[in-house]
Amino acid sequence: MISESIVDLSRWQFAATSLYHFLFVPLTLGLSFLLAIMESTYVMTGKEIYKDMTQFWGKLFGINFALGVTTGLTMEFQFGMNWSYFSHYVGDIFGAPLAIEGLMAFFLEATFVGLFFFGWDKLRKGQHLLVTWLVALGTNLSALWILVANGWMQNPVGADFNYETMRMELSSFGSLLFNPAAQVKFVHTVAAGYTTASAFVLGISAFYMLKGRDAAFAQRSYTIAAGFGLAAILSVIVLGDESGYTDGEVQKAKLAAIEAEWHTEPAPAAFTAIGIPDQDAMETHYAVQIPWVLGLIGTRSIDTPITGLTEILEKNRQRIRNGMKAYSSLQTLRAGQRDEATVAEFNLNKADLGYGLLLKRYTDKVVDATEEQIELATKYSIPRVVPLFWTFRVMVACGFIMLGIFVLAVIASSIRKCRQNWLLRASLYMMPLPWIACESGWFVAEFGRQPWTIAEILPTFLSASSLTELDLYISLASYISLYTIFLVIEMFLMLKFIKQGPSSLHKGRYHFEIAKGASL
Amino acid sequence: MIFDYETMRLIWWALLGALLIGFAITGGFDLGVATLLPFLGKNDTERRVIINSVGATWEGNQVWLVTAGGALFAAWPLAYSVAFSGFYLALLLTLSALFLRPLGFDYRSKLPSEKWRRNWDIALFAGGLVPALIFGVAFGNLLEGVPFHFNNEMRIFYTGSFWGLLNPFAIVAGVVSVSMIVMHGGVYLQMKTEGDIYERSKTVVTIFSLITLVVFGLAGIWIANIDGYQISSIVSPNTYSDPLAKTVIKAPGLWLANYGHYPILWFFPVLAFVTGLITLILSKINRPGLAFISSSLTLALIILTAGVSMFPFLIPSSSELNSSLTIWDASSSLSTLKIMLWVTLIFLPIVLTYTSWAFRVLRGKITLDHIHQNDHTAY
Ligand code: HDD
Ligand code: HEM
Ligand code: HEM
Repeated sequence: MISESIVDLSRWQFAATSLYHFLFVPLTLGLSFLLAIMESTYVMTGKEIYKDMTQFWGKLFGINFALGVTTGLTMEFQFGMNWSYFSHYVGDIFGAPLAIEGLMAFFLEATFVGLFFFGWDKLRKGQHLLVTWLVALGTNLSALWILVANGWMQNPVGADFNYETMRMELSSFGSLLFNPAAQVKFVHTVAAGYTTASAFVLGISAFYMLKGRDAAFAQRSYTIAAGFGLAAILSVIVLGDESGYTDGEVQKAKLAAIEAEWHTEPAPAAFTAIGIPDQDAMETHYAVQIPWVLGLIGTRSIDTPITGLTEILEKNRQRIRNGMKAYSSLQTLRAGQRDEATVAEFNLNKADLGYGLLLKRYTDKVVDATEEQIELATKYSIPRVVPLFWTFRVMVACGFIMLGIFVLAVIASSIRKCRQNWLLRASLYMMPLPWIACESGWFVAEFGRQPWTIAEILPTFLSASSLTELDLYISLASYISLYTIFLVIEMFLMLKFIKQGPSSLHKGRYHFEIAKGASL
Repeated sequence: MIFDYETMRLIWWALLGALLIGFAITGGFDLGVATLLPFLGKNDTERRVIINSVGATWEGNQVWLVTAGGALFAAWPLAYSVAFSGFYLALLLTLSALFLRPLGFDYRSKLPSEKWRRNWDIALFAGGLVPALIFGVAFGNLLEGVPFHFNNEMRIFYTGSFWGLLNPFAIVAGVVSVSMIVMHGGVYLQMKTEGDIYERSKTVVTIFSLITLVVFGLAGIWIANIDGYQISSIVSPNTYSDPLAKTVIKAPGLWLANYGHYPILWFFPVLAFVTGLITLILSKINRPGLAFISSSLTLALIILTAGVSMFPFLIPSSSELNSSLTIWDASSSLSTLKIMLWVTLIFLPIVLTYTSWAFRVLRGKITLDHIHQNDHTAY
């Protein structure tokens, strides 16, 4: 049997490295667009200050981008290194979007990012603007393809199990591409990136305004960030639809867990704003409920009921029993006996094969599972409610706070000269919120999919590579120590350039240069 | 039929080779230049010339590697799984070294501190040398066979160790890899610089092209004597991928069997020698542009030599011969291979078009003056 500690260490490692990657990704996604907007303004109005804005925010973009690339490399290698059974089992489908991402998106963003930084003197204005837009396009395309891959793990459509190769194989590329789970994810995640970058520019511009430095520069940046940010946060909260949650049981279980919805309730469900969920008793203590709101947030409709966890567990128990039958036929098939009857028998139950595999955590043979083991596997077939319940609320709270501040920022910047210190301070202190929301969001998405890596198909604990604990301790220690050092260096540089502000461009017309007589 | 399984597998073998060669040629000179950085740059400005010779393009070049990884995953998922989990610690080391490049290039010249810059120079050097060495060592180990097997559910078990990778033959392969990449980086620097750095690069090319050829020849002789692998059952290139369905034998000299069947294959190693020597000469007579083409060809031919020797093996298993992965039994399904081929046919030409445009925009030598004038924006 696979050792639990290997699986746990691999999970910790994946969670740590991917959450770390996603510290840099959202800023790249959004800032590339903001740069393109600023430069477009420069090209249209011819005002140098917009070029300075593009170059200054571009500097910060570059510092962030370097770590985005660094940590992305880990992601690309990690599937094979740490999740080799996963890579074998679903590589036929999962590998494709990853390869397309490289070919279609990474080449684009990486080639043009070089020209963005080094092409100012070598390209005509219009050409350089095109380059900047292509960087933005590239980063967003990369998000599209990786989220097609990740969406497929949440809702694995267009694929079929092949017992001859012992893996999932692609049956419909169209379904993979137009997977509703992936589309919802794409809109939400990309908009989250735009929000992040807007909050970043907004906060830093507010800092300059509070310090009374480079007013014209800061004011313009603030206005652009406020407008773009409001559109972005509205998209994050409003856009998307429930389709991602209608297909698989796993997505339904995730939604029910987020809401601590222990039993199916008639639509539109009430939203438990806060409370203390208790998984053993399957109820929520001290629940404060707001009628209707859950139905709206969770399904974005008023007539779709949200399936409760009790009902999902009931179904899963049955599917685990079917899965045992599927596993038994699969063994016969793998032993070489591939007559029609066995194949037919297997096909009958194959949709539940994954549920059978859940039993592997308790017994190697699966077909000999006892009632007690089936019960354990059933209990294990839904995610843990408490962490999901809370992280989701953190994300939503961040979202609404940011919405409020972006609305005020837009109003304030449209009434020129109206610069309340409290609003500027709020804009500054808001800066960590988008990151907290993004990290919480990924936690909800990924932890909510447990115990599966591929929903209803491949359990997490089977996905890991057969490594040794020592291997994993070494890699975990290396990633943690290197990443910590990198983060310290990055923050140091970032803060240094933020403090210098546009003076770091050495154009001779900004705060510190004027103060020191352009000697910097 | 053009789109039958056998043809598609052959095409994907060639495409994977093309991506690897693409990385060796473009990413290769970045690695080489970074390795040479502490030796050819005698002061800060010179080192900045060297860094800026690749500063604007290394990022795009690295994507060849990323895409080759993705393509291996998509087209040969079993090979991806076995190689990446088997060579776990070696890849961890490679990754750690590759981490240093984005940071080194981008952060080094952002601060004036001497110490800061010296440390990043060392980081960039490691980021060039270590991957070049490990890629070669990994290739050497592929030629020797990798100790792994599957169980009936296709779970992979790797039974080797990290230190086992560092055997004499693999180290020779590592030396070939490092020396050819350093040669290539030297040629590139000759193309992009002038004056002192140009002259020093020329010396580097002379030395490392000779080392490359000598050690490559040595590896060739050695390979005739180590165990090679061969499929000993009937090959069925048109059925589903099941690596356990065939039998494999190993014996000394079998890696040369393909050359026996198709003597035309000698073309690759022989031509590699010829282009290697031509590179040396072109570099000496100050024709760096042509030398660059010739050195790119040398790299491609050396990789092709390894590829055709092993054909149709991707990863031979030294511990359970029949678990070996070949191009016939480790691929994705036919439909995935087909879709990915269409995607490649559409996007690879586009990529090549804008990449060449970018290189054209950025053409020309990097000079000491250039660095002085762009003190705050250059890397
Ligand atoms: C929603 C967006 C998103 C998500 C979920 C991921 N990434 Fe990422 N990735 C990006 C968005 C992005 C980006 C915005 O395109 C980056 C960040 C900074 C950058 O340079 O590009 C990037 C960089 C980046 C790179 C470096 C590319 C280069 O050399 O230029 C690689 C190899 C990966 N990523 C791979 C992955 C993998 C295998 C992921 C899955 C686990 C993953 N990323 C999640
Ligand atoms: C950058 C985006 C991503 C973030 C922030 C993220 C986040 C996480 C987190 C927090 C976990 C830990 C869950 C847990 O162990 O309870 C996790 C696990 C995992 N994720 Fe993601 N994920 C991302 C993208 C992906 C993608 C694109 C894939 C696959 C293509 C993926 C596959 C996995 C796997 C295989 C695990 C390990 C098994 C597990 O513990 O769930 N993740 N990820
Ligand atoms: C205020 C209302 C919000 C709601 C109702 C909401 C809802 C959700 C839900 C249900 C998920 C899980 C998706 C899944 O099942 O896989 C999710 C994920 C996520 N959220 Fe939010 N979210 C909100 C705000 C935000 C904000 C403000 C941000 C960041 C700025 C954010 C960033 C993310 C990210 C990065 C993910 C992971 C990617 C994904 O699965 O789409 N969310 N969100």
